[in-house]
Amino acid sequence: MSHTFSHESLEISHLSLAVPIGGQYVEAVSDVSLLLNAGRVMGLVGESGCGKSLTAQALLRLGEHQGVKHCAGDVLLGGKSIFAMSESQLRHFRGGQVAMIFQEPMTALNPVFTVGAQITEVIRLHLDVNKQTAKKRAIALLHDVGMAEASVLMGQYPDALSGGMRQRILIAMAMATNPRFIVADEPTTALDVSVQKRIIALLRRLQQQHQQGMLLVTHDFGLVAEMCDDVAVMYAGQIVERATVHEIFNHARHPYTRALMDCRPEIGVRGDMLPVIAGQVPAPGQYGAGCRFAKRCAFADDQCASPIAENAWHDGTHHARCVHGDQQ
Amino acid sequence: MTVLEARSLSKTFTRDGLWRKGQAKRAVNGVSFTLAKGKTLAVVGESGSGKSTLARLLMRLLVADEGDVLLHGESITSLRGAALRRKRRHIQMVFQDPFASLNPRMTIGNTVAEGLRVHQAQLNRAQRNEKVAEVLQQCGMDADAMPRYPHQFSGGQRQRIGIARALVVQPDVLVLDEPVSALDVSVQAQILNLLRQLQQDHGLAYVFISHDLSVVRHIADDMLVMFAGHVLETGSAKNVLLNPKHPYTTALLDAMPIAHPSLRDNSADEIAVDPEQTADHGCPFRLRCDTAEGDCAHADMHLNNAGHACLHPIVSPL
Repeated sequence: MSHTFSHESLEISHLSLAVPIGGQYVEAVSDVSLLLNAGRVMGLVGESGCGKSLTAQALLRLGEHQGVKHCAGDVLLGGKSIFAMSESQLRHFRGGQVAMIFQEPMTALNPVFTVGAQITEVIRLHLDVNKQTAKKRAIALLHDVGMAEASVLMGQYPDALSGGMRQRILIAMAMATNPRFIVADEPTTALDVSVQKRIIALLRRLQQQHQQGMLLVTHDFGLVAEMCDDVAVMYAGQIVERATVHEIFNHARHPYTRALMDCRPEIGVRGDMLPVIAGQVPAPGQYGAGCRFAKRCAFADDQCASPIAENAWHDGTHHARCVHGDQQ
Repeated sequence: MTVLEARSLSKTFTRDGLWRKGQAKRAVNGVSFTLAKGKTLAVVGESGSGKSTLARLLMRLLVADEGDVLLHGESITSLRGAALRRKRRHIQMVFQDPFASLNPRMTIGNTVAEGLRVHQAQLNRAQRNEKVAEVLQQCGMDADAMPRYPHQFSGGQRQRIGIARALVVQPDVLVLDEPVSALDVSVQAQILNLLRQLQQDHGLAYVFISHDLSVVRHIADDMLVMFAGHVLETGSAKNVLLNPKHPYTTALLDAMPIAHPSLRDNSADEIAVDPEQTADHGCPFRLRCDTAEGDCAHADMHLNNAGHACLHPIVSPL
């Protein structure tokens, strides 16, 4: 049953999504395409409200129950549309081939079941094994995510554990069926700084060991620097720049990407004032036809009033939705 | 000129279990500092280090078991009733979560004016509104926000409103508990700039609680590094961050996000640590410390003249 599809790539193709605002649907994600490959980590970066979480959830067809409308485009696993899948295929796909790690480890676990019960449930849902084997695999998984006393932990309830411990359990659950792809939505944001770094190291080791493809949703360029191979920057529902991680950090071309990187306070520099981006992110429905960043951009001119193609500036695999990419 | 001083503040909480007497937890343990007009003291540490309890002791939302808080040289620990209210005008608080800290059923105008009703009751409605509009403007908000409700504003705008609410009574000290942690990085920069501007204009003193060392370096003059209620290191922010002496400070620095992918460290430690793991005698950090030795368990640990509490401090390479 696990060999129905080819697992080599997971692709978002020209996806548009709408959310209900004030009784009508308003487009919040516009024509987004992303290709995830085995063994590589793609960072999806942007501020709150830019559509990055909606995009990530669409990879698993989550969000439909919260009223998100799929307007156009497709999500393809090995070339097969997940919108064409039956309920049972979808159940196998979610968790079996693509697993999700959520931001909030405090709410993602069920407080009335033991850690062991929750991990073995995932294993038995997706793999045809008996209770004993599932239990053994759960203990092995807990060891693999850095938990020393795994067999004791199996009998504990989530509320006895710290945030970092819970996030490790969620990672163990995501890895339980050895999925080809992982979608991680701000996996370290809710954790303490000293715990974050360890979780990042753990995620990176597991991803490389299993050669999984990963989509990492974050607003934190520090996390991008730590984990990603490729980066896609989102602004107001669109991808505005995509490149390898080194290209983004060394030669970002879109004024928004640069502005976002510049307003981070860096250690060792005590400046009086930080550079800021003037104005505000436009709300869905107020995007306008031209460049969505133009109102806040120092380079904007008449050309920016008409629609800008995603590869308006490009050099090899580096694309920027900006007609002034050369000026950066 | 010292506006705020803490002298050996301690606070112990006891959490009783359902069936048995709970263990006492010393959340803040002998914390002292002085804060001068116009300066910023950052308090850093992991969750559970006692940062927020310290903030509540300074605000006298909690009463210290031991020690004293002095505002303009006068103890507020023993004040009650009207005398406490009068004194409290001088120290105000800004909270972390701009979504939870504003009453959703109160207009922005009423939220900001509330402090005035208490502290400047002689003002009439028009005078109050004038002051509210003025302070909102200082915080980068238009006066037309006043009849609106919190849900109509973004996180950054709400945090501006939270700051305006604190400022309207013209305090000398602001206690800011993780004021930018819940904000996007672009909004965070705006709020940090606003705080700096307000400090310059009004000579405000800040107690700035944060876990983000890059923000601390940007805004703080001095800092306290807290662990399990103890101050493990203190000094000028520049000195502590560039030349840390305590292994815990170094651990916090090592945990900072990197600035560029070329700085990746593939040998980074991924093994779980229990953040609750603290020693109850000797150095509280020794169970997690790489350089701990036998004497760390026995010595009575306190800050020395060099501003750290470590028997085996890190020797700087210089």
